[in-house]
Amino acid sequence: MITLGQPSDSFPERRSPRLAMAGITKRFGATVALDSVDLQVYPGEVLALVGENGAGKSTLMKILSGAVQPDEGNTRLDGATFTPAGPLAARASGIAMIYQESNVVPNLSVEANLILGAERHRFGFIDRSAHRRRIRGVLDRLGRPELPLAAPVSRLSTGDRQLIEIARALLTDARVVIMDEPTSSLGLVEIDRLFSIISGLRREGVAIIYISHFLAEVQRIADRFLVLRDGRVVGQGATTTVTVADLIELMIGRRLPDMFPISSRTTGIPLLTLNDVGTVKGSSSSPINLTLHRGEILGLAGLVGAGRTELLRSICGLDPIVSGQVTVAGYSGGKSWRHTGLKPGVGLLSENRQTEGLALGLSVGNNMLLSRLEPFTRWGWLDTRMMRQTVKRFIASCGIRARGAGQPVGELSGGNQQKVAFARLLHHDVDVLLLDEPTRGIDVASKAQIYEWIGKLVERGKGVVLVSDYVPELLGVCDRITVMHRNQVVATRSAKDWTEHDIWNAATSGEGALA
Amino acid sequence: MSTVLGTSPGQWLRTLAPVLSLAAAVLFFYAIPPHPPLTLFDLRLVAVHAMIVGTAAIGMTLVIISAGIDLSVGSAIALVSVAAALVLENGGGIGAALLVALSTGALCGFYNGLLVTSLRLPPFIATLGTLGFYRGVAKWISGSIPVTAPTHGLDLWVNPIPNPQWLFVAPGVWLMLGLAVVFILLLRYSVLGQHALAIGSNEATARLCGIRITRTKIAIYVLAGLLTGLAGLMQFARLTQGDPTVAIGLELDIIAAVVIGGGSLSGGQGSIVGTLAGAVLMAYLRNRSTVLGWPNFVEEMIVGHIIIVAVAVDRWRAGRSS
Repeated sequence: MITLGQPSDSFPERRSPRLAMAGITKRFGATVALDSVDLQVYPGEVLALVGENGAGKSTLMKILSGAVQPDEGNTRLDGATFTPAGPLAARASGIAMIYQESNVVPNLSVEANLILGAERHRFGFIDRSAHRRRIRGVLDRLGRPELPLAAPVSRLSTGDRQLIEIARALLTDARVVIMDEPTSSLGLVEIDRLFSIISGLRREGVAIIYISHFLAEVQRIADRFLVLRDGRVVGQGATTTVTVADLIELMIGRRLPDMFPISSRTTGIPLLTLNDVGTVKGSSSSPINLTLHRGEILGLAGLVGAGRTELLRSICGLDPIVSGQVTVAGYSGGKSWRHTGLKPGVGLLSENRQTEGLALGLSVGNNMLLSRLEPFTRWGWLDTRMMRQTVKRFIASCGIRARGAGQPVGELSGGNQQKVAFARLLHHDVDVLLLDEPTRGIDVASKAQIYEWIGKLVERGKGVVLVSDYVPELLGVCDRITVMHRNQVVATRSAKDWTEHDIWNAATSGEGALA
Repeated sequence: MSTVLGTSPGQWLRTLAPVLSLAAAVLFFYAIPPHPPLTLFDLRLVAVHAMIVGTAAIGMTLVIISAGIDLSVGSAIALVSVAAALVLENGGGIGAALLVALSTGALCGFYNGLLVTSLRLPPFIATLGTLGFYRGVAKWISGSIPVTAPTHGLDLWVNPIPNPQWLFVAPGVWLMLGLAVVFILLLRYSVLGQHALAIGSNEATARLCGIRITRTKIAIYVLAGLLTGLAGLMQFARLTQGDPTVAIGLELDIIAAVVIGGGSLSGGQGSIVGTLAGAVLMAYLRNRSTVLGWPNFVEEMIVGHIIIVAVAVDRWRAGRSS
């Protein structure tokens, strides 16, 4: 373990930690999600918890909030053993979670949201005046006494909704506040406001665990940092002693040997062209220009919420384009575009396999063929024998483990479900494949197979846009990689000219200059 | 269940369950003293009673499979029966009456489909609105009084005792069964049937796959409307008059038939065979209650709980499979 800067320098030992987690270990089946993790936060301190996706941050916080029970290790809150039975118990003990997606009820008023689940009552009636006094006090402390209590939360800005969550935490006398990517959907002014609120909380002695991918912000707001990688603590110290580059270094670490097949291919003519495309209404971000060639894999890197999924959805027509133009070579308008709203020649593999990508109740076969029934159709009637044969062929060639074409796809494992979704794209036979997190949550063998298919597709002259949170995957698979930051393109370069470090740097800072 | 590509054991059970319930009901009523015999006439009566609900429920099955619902069907039946009666009253023939009945039904369906797709109203709300609207139109064009009209032999189609007798049940019942076969094939072997199933299973996926959701949904409501039109004509033939206040609450019987038959109100599930079994089950219950001399409210209380049990079973199955 690397320790940069001594915690004891800035935090004298005489202070006892507000929260101390020791030797926390959690296994899910064969995978070790957390391997004896130690974490301390002191009163009035902001601790930044950083790491790549899947490093174990969420699991650790779930243990803290009582949603997951650790296999080993113990937690102490102000010196007393703390074993929350569930999220409610954790909240009652003064642990408050503030999530990326705000957890407010949009139709209820500010006041109702603030007291939800913690209503004080007299003989079953809510004691309004007692609440109002406390709420006013808390909003004063947060510097927003003018917030209208009677207004429905749906009318508030994203930043104010977050404020409501923070206020809720204060109302329950939170001793530890956990913030998960609090700035990802905030504008600059709102971020400044949030940071001044955090400073205020710090002065009041609240301990804050701050989870963020925006490392520059981490540097600005946090006193100390703790880096997780593959479920272990790989570094911690005072933020003043490290640079953003150091943090990235710690997060990335060494890599497993690669599993990415190198396919030989030549890129051809432009296939997909984006001209000044805007995806977010009323956004000031500059429009997107991109070109995808035949036989090319273009990676889209960026943080969660950088606008990559939105871009894919706009390209294929599921969401409207606000401005600009998307052209696919060989398809100009066309009938299906008008009727379905979907761009012809483009197919999307949705990141939400369960809710959008597949109809879980439908059979494997139906899911596979749904996007292109024409080959089996005559006068609106289907040749089911031919359909069955086609599905059988796909099941065999894609190595899908299913009882048969008629098995509901929801009964398959994640990897096999993803293969079914992928088989649909193969059957659809489009020229441009938009793959949104195609390997998320599936086993290693299935991953390797999907990489192989992607390789084969581009060899046959297709174009692929690949969105992934896993940077090594992008570096291993793609020809070119575009990094996005807050709905804008930061830089596009040949994959050879990117390093993992540069990609992280561009994705977190929004600056694309070569390091 | 009508997935093209094979059927899993659970789905067989789903289709079989309503038939088994029907058998159970038969045994149950047979066990009650004084063990009323089930005569041939009773069977013919049950068949004719199930005919109107069954015909409309075939269309409703398609609607419910696509995760829609149509509360306006009872009102539409009344409107169609009035429209057909007016045509006949004014000297129209059977052909004209049939044409007007089918197009009135289809128009009602089209309007429902339009509201659901272009205004993006939840089907429950859209058809709750048209429930009132169609009833109002029926009262308006009939002047709020039943329109008596010559039947030109239409009543023979729905007479419990068919002529010739070797038909066993009324020709209208055979018509319903024929349509059932057509719709079973439609669900299983047509693009429209597969698209309806896909939309009902997961609309987001259907959209992702490029299915023309608006067009498909409207087609589904129009098809269901055609069947409603036929049911309305049957209704007229039964009463030999077009009554604007007929079939109040019939939509609940129709929806119940689909749900008893294994249709899921959350979409993606439904079977024509099951639906018909459901329609027969309810007609049978009503027939037995009459034979046993039970007052009407007992029958209503029983039917109410059959629906509750059917939906509870559906929820339970859905909860178990997810």
